[in-house]
Amino acid sequence: MEPDTHSSKTALLVLGCPQVPVQTSIALYLISRLRAAAFTPIIAGNKAANTLLVVADPDRHYLGEVMDLDRAVAQITEKKRDFDRCFVFIHNDAGISYAATMAAISKARLFVLIYGEHQEDLAGQITFPCTKIAAKAVHNPLPLKKVIDEVAPWAA
Amino acid sequence: MGCVEALNYEILIRDASFKECREYIKSHFSESIDVEPGFKIFDVHTIGVPPIAVGLDGDFVIFPYTKPCHGTFLLRVQDAEEAARLRALKKAK
Repeated sequence: MEPDTHSSKTALLVLGCPQVPVQTSIALYLISRLRAAAFTPIIAGNKAANTLLVVADPDRHYLGEVMDLDRAVAQITEKKRDFDRCFVFIHNDAGISYAATMAAISKARLFVLIYGEHQEDLAGQITFPCTKIAAKAVHNPLPLKKVIDEVAPWAA
Repeated sequence: MGCVEALNYEILIRDASFKECREYIKSHFSESIDVEPGFKIFDVHTIGVPPIAVGLDGDFVIFPYTKPCHGTFLLRVQDAEEAARLRALKKAK
């Protein structure tokens, strides 16, 4: 299966539940850095997570395509589409399930962003191949931003 | 893309972890099949850490359904055709 043809390099950002505040901030930051590195970012989340981003960026300075998470899983599973990079936001057990699913169905290079109060426990449960980017960040996105900058997944 | 709301389901467990759902199926149902993430049950792509256990109990199919904000639900749906399809897949493995 070929990667998405809209651009030479694509990155799928799989959002988790938006109840932890850093997610929306980090997603916009990551989109910005990915765009600077010539990636086309695509957002996949549930309605609440997607709407938080869409409302925050009404003129679409950062956002491009925003899609429903179930639709993204269906398209990748049915081999209608795939991506070069995949970033999965994880702060709960469901996040691990989505990341494991992406590891199984997509050929994208997988990065997991682990944050929240239980980031150490969650990181320890991840045994599938991926690059872990983890920090104890709930309200303040800077600890997670710092680790992202160190890993520089847009350049890897 | 499937919609679980179209199914006449019963929730056996709610807001669980993927491990709890797997263990529940293995301990409560004598018949089960392991599937990979993305495997389609009814019109729903399964989400989870492989192997994902799916239980079979007569005409009932028991499978995990994950939502980002609500964890994993274990759903039970009566459908003889889908149960037979899964049994055939298990036999072919």
